[in-house]
Amino acid sequence: MGAIYIMWLRELKRYVRSRAQIVVSLGQPALYLLALGYGFGPVFAKAGAGNYLQFMAPGVMGMTVLFSSVFSGMAMLWDRQFGFLKETLVAPVPRLHIMLGRTLGGATVAIIQGLLILVVCLIAGFRPHLWIAIPASFVFVAMIAIVFAALGASIGSVIQDMQGFQLLMNFLVMPIFFLSGALYPLSNLPRVLTWITHADPLSYGIDGLRGVLIGSWQFSFALDLAILAVLAAAFLSVSAWLFSRIQL
Amino acid sequence: MIQVENLTKTFDHFTAVKDISFHVDAGEIFAFLGPNGAGKTTTIKMLTTLLRPTSGRIHLDGFDPWVRQREARQSFGIVFQDPSLDSEQTAYENMELHGILYHVPHRVRAERIETLLRLFELWERRGDYVKTFSGGMKRRLEIARGFLHTPKILFLDEPTLGLDPQSRNQLWTHVKAINEKEKTTVFLTTHYMDEADRVAHRIAIMDHGAIVAIGTSAELRARTSTDSLEGAFLALTGTSLRDESASSTDNLRRFAQMWQRR
Ligand SMILES: Nc1ncnc2c1ncn2[C@@H]1O[C@H](COP(=O)(O)OP(=O)(O)O)[C@@H](O)[C@H]1O
Ligand SMILES: [Mg+2]
Repeated sequence: MGAIYIMWLRELKRYVRSRAQIVVSLGQPALYLLALGYGFGPVFAKAGAGNYLQFMAPGVMGMTVLFSSVFSGMAMLWDRQFGFLKETLVAPVPRLHIMLGRTLGGATVAIIQGLLILVVCLIAGFRPHLWIAIPASFVFVAMIAIVFAALGASIGSVIQDMQGFQLLMNFLVMPIFFLSGALYPLSNLPRVLTWITHADPLSYGIDGLRGVLIGSWQFSFALDLAILAVLAAAFLSVSAWLFSRIQL
Repeated sequence: MIQVENLTKTFDHFTAVKDISFHVDAGEIFAFLGPNGAGKTTTIKMLTTLLRPTSGRIHLDGFDPWVRQREARQSFGIVFQDPSLDSEQTAYENMELHGILYHVPHRVRAERIETLLRLFELWERRGDYVKTFSGGMKRRLEIARGFLHTPKILFLDEPTLGLDPQSRNQLWTHVKAINEKEKTTVFLTTHYMDEADRVAHRIAIMDHGAIVAIGTSAELRARTSTDSLEGAFLALTGTSLRDESASSTDNLRRFAQMWQRR
């Protein structure tokens, strides 16, 4: 248990200590919110789809949590490069504990980021349909954080260099974001795109957030939660397995 | 304390460690002396559960480290050839993290961290981030950390690489002090002759993956009828060891690893 705690604490310390990075990592979603939220707002309203800012704020929250959690997992690449990874690999504790601590730490950081961006959304004019929805939405924030921290950790256990990292960013993480319904409704898409968006784990997280926050569901609470829970278990197992196999 | 029989490691088609056998007694300081690429690091990785041997047998403190990894890892400390500190945390936090990972009880932990940081002359800097430390300080911290959980064996892989002579001297003085006080077995690798000569009780000379000779410095000199370890090394391997070649192959390897994904 000590190992899980200390690895979790390390992630949190790193986060709190990198204030510049906190600002930067919130800047991008804030930009999406302002540029797209206000920019597409009129078009969206004209199409009779309602208030775009209301629609995309949950999407931007999901985006923040996605990037934050995936990055935390992939930070293993840096630990590998700078050598600290070795210290944890020879420690006399199950590697599962190291992995769990790291992943839960990354997820915790992502949840905090989600909370901060929610505040930004509220300042920008976003209003949930019920105030009680805000605490309720953190069920989905937490699920998204765990699923993608674990996915990031799986990737981090396998890739060894910056090229691999960039490749995965461009061909995995960005598509996960763009095909998740964070920025546009998933209804009435071309058939192929519908399939793809339904295969995107983040779609269920975004749907859960949007459903809870503004009362508009594509799927349902139960389905979203069930799929995320299964994926969390699956990715955690995969990451633990991959991590346990690392040799130097 | 360490018993190795016919240990071999083959990477793809290249045999880095060829059928080596040796033993290290409890409390002994044992050195692997050899040029870069001799297979020293590969041997340490196999001894410390980081790499699976292709064949051969290892006993650490009585058990096979690959089979009983947790016990083995608890029983040794290791200072890697490359840095392994968390530079974004303070010296104290690095020690604390290690103490927790190695199950050092809370009360003992604080006390022992202080003792070791004082011994290695880092106590005043305990609250500073490791990224602000010099190379010598980082090394000392890693070694202090390696001793934290009172291991039975401490592995030191080229601990003085890149340090100035004064730091090297100081470092060995500390290591010898703990070896005497706590009877910790020390297994070190180096390509500095004078270090092996001065610090180690026994020396294994390694070249091209094989152990060429094992003995005390005096025995090695006597066997080769030379009057210095350097002479003995030359006689045994047919080459001389020059410090300038330090880690150029290692750097190349690391560079290659970064560019071509393995
Ligand atoms: N993972 C690896 N894959 C392929 N070759 C390796 C690997 N690790 C080490 N080697 C090779 O094995 C040889 C011994 O390396 P090493 O044990 O690091 O030597 P030393 O520590 O004595 O300098 C070198 O030729 C090195 O290039
Ligand atoms: Mg080496």
